Amino acid sequence: MRKIFDLVANNAVPAVFIIISAFAIPLSGYSASYLIQELLTRIGRNSFLILSLLIPIMAGMGLNFGMVLGAMAGQIGLLFICDWGVVGIPGMVLACLIGTPIAIVLGIFCGHVLNRAKGREMVTSYILGFFINGVYQMTVLYLMGWVIPITNPALLLSRGYGVRNAVSLLGIRGVLDNLIPTIITGTQGAGQFLSVNGAKSYILMQIPFLEGAIRIPLATLVVIALFCVFIVWFRKTKLGQDMRAIGQSQSVADSSGIPVNRTRIIAIVISTVLACYGQIIYLQNMGTLNTYNSHDQTGMFSIAALLIGGASVSRATIANVFAGVILFHLMFIVAPVAGKNLIGDAQIGEYFRVFVSYGIIAISLVLHAWRRNREREAARRSLRGNKGGE
Amino acid sequence: MIRRFIQNAGWPRIIIALFLLGLFIAAPFVGVRVDTSLSNTLVRFGMNGVMVLAMIPMVQAGCGLNFGLPLGIIAGLLGATLSIEWNTEILAWLSGLGTQYKISWLNDMFVTAWREPLGFASAIIIAVPIAAILGWFYGKLLNRVKGDEMMIATYVGFSSVSFMCIAWLLLPYKHPTMVWGYAGKGLRTTISVEGYWLHVLSDSLALNIQTDDIHLYIPTGMLIFFAVMAVLVWIFMRTKTGTAMTAVGSNPEFARASGVNVDHMRTVAVMMSTILGAVGIIVYEQSFGFIQLYMGPFYMALPAVASILLGGASVNKAGILNVIVGTFLFQGILTMTPSVINSYLQTDMSEVIRLIVSNGMILYALTRKVRAGR
Repeated sequence: MRKIFDLVANNAVPAVFIIISAFAIPLSGYSASYLIQELLTRIGRNSFLILSLLIPIMAGMGLNFGMVLGAMAGQIGLLFICDWGVVGIPGMVLACLIGTPIAIVLGIFCGHVLNRAKGREMVTSYILGFFINGVYQMTVLYLMGWVIPITNPALLLSRGYGVRNAVSLLGIRGVLDNLIPTIITGTQGAGQFLSVNGAKSYILMQIPFLEGAIRIPLATLVVIALFCVFIVWFRKTKLGQDMRAIGQSQSVADSSGIPVNRTRIIAIVISTVLACYGQIIYLQNMGTLNTYNSHDQTGMFSIAALLIGGASVSRATIANVFAGVILFHLMFIVAPVAGKNLIGDAQIGEYFRVFVSYGIIAISLVLHAWRRNREREAARRSLRGNKGGE
Repeated sequence: MIRRFIQNAGWPRIIIALFLLGLFIAAPFVGVRVDTSLSNTLVRFGMNGVMVLAMIPMVQAGCGLNFGLPLGIIAGLLGATLSIEWNTEILAWLSGLGTQYKISWLNDMFVTAWREPLGFASAIIIAVPIAAILGWFYGKLLNRVKGDEMMIATYVGFSSVSFMCIAWLLLPYKHPTMVWGYAGKGLRTTISVEGYWLHVLSDSLALNIQTDDIHLYIPTGMLIFFAVMAVLVWIFMRTKTGTAMTAVGSNPEFARASGVNVDHMRTVAVMMSTILGAVGIIVYEQSFGFIQLYMGPFYMALPAVASILLGGASVNKAGILNVIVGTFLFQGILTMTPSVINSYLQTDMSEVIRLIVSNGMILYALTRKVRAGR
């Protein structure tokens, strides 16, 4: 009985989403190849960001709402390469190199703050995101072009300092996604080359009944796969084991000689740096940087996706990440159109999608807290020796 | 003694108070009128005061800062929009009541003369029960998630706001000043309260001196309303229920041992917070002049939370004085930075300063208690 309850509780969220999607996909009227193409693009775009959440969860620090700090660091890196006019893969690498030290500093700061707020890491990291957002805006809006040298007039506001709201990332747009041009097609044989939009693309495989060609962001997927391998390996290292021990119980970890505070800071630093790379990958796919808004939704959408994939505040796997990306973004794609076809108002689908994102986070947090309190109560009872109530 | 004062007040508070003082001193030199700024600060104080007051019960009952304030705000928005939707009916019903029960003063003339205050009162009367019901459920929810209240409150607020976004589109409102003109349905994003209850509190008994030398405007009515609400909360916190509530907040185990129903007290506190939030937004709207729907209430909890913390409250202790000092400081900075800093630097830094001050303050409070506990 208990097992069935747990099974349902653990997988209720993904199940509900599968059901919603099952209804919404036919309503939207999109073709299969369109949906697959969109999903592949979004997996490439978002997975890395979501994967960066895994390590703090492992260390028992909950959902790292502070990942937006990393996103901001990545954006600062991108602003610099835009100013210097470095394009292509070297541009992306350079952006990562610039972003890394900023992300490390922010991560250390975040880690120290969270160590002071044990037990309420999530709300603290959430507010910290807002706080650093203020600092970021101050830097980008007032200091860049004034104290920090930015000279490219295409980047600066007409008043001479401060960065424009929309920055075109044309120089690095899609460079990683299209590094190895690959498609899936329904018409021609596998193993051949096909010219798609002027670029010669390798036909990876052929699926019958598929209409048109689906472009695969192969290099991005390879990077993501490598990163998954890294996480699997990292869990087995000494540091990873320490983090898991801390995630189980801080006091036990402390008495067995694990430097709890230091390890927690490392977990947050890793997460922040990875979020920085994740944001760079995300923006190279988007192709434009909304200087003051791009990072705003990053944390919320990544966390919602992870939770929809069946993760909880204390337990998340790589499988959760991919299930979450697919389910969340499937809804993202179909909800507005389904809403329009169903009620005649696209705005409702739009609001529904926002509501679901927030609602799912709320429900997951509630379920987690509820379960934890119940377990705590049960542990206390068993300590007293009478299991059947007080 | 000075050191003790600094310790009691806390560094961030002193820095911000000095900053505000500096802004007031600097104002005349950059051509900003001190009296106008002071009037604006007072108006904003009155607008936001009740919403900050809404933090007290939950903090005192140990539920943490009410990041779920948008829930109360939604109740207030429902009250406000319904009071306009049914304005004619309510007034007609009132004068009908007078005729029916032979109350001589409750006649058409009275109702027409007092239609604005009556409309305002009806908004509050509709909003309070809605807030009480929502608050009851919200309180029950928070009782199940002890220890994680603040994060969950945040997301309860967010999800209720985004849920209401759908509701505002679908609810069968009909009043022509409120729905979209071309579609005839779905509420507009901002609704003017002009002609209904614009400035009913602000302009009653207001002191308005506009001469060549002095531009002073004091919204006496609104400040009195805030004072009445503050006194009510103050009295309530000293009744038996209020004392029990404080006991629950400071030591739940002890409170339980002395026979206080912890969960019940917490629910009452959450309901009170939600009701005060609902009343607070209506006060805000009558002064602001517009009802902001859809994503309007989304981030409204943060300024209120930051204000009370700025006033010296902590995550588990808050009083009326914290509300008054904090709201004045916070709104003072919001009023003064755009005017003073803009005339000095020729740029608008107010948004950035607001972000840093309010969230920095919340961060400070969240990280402080742990250190004190160790």
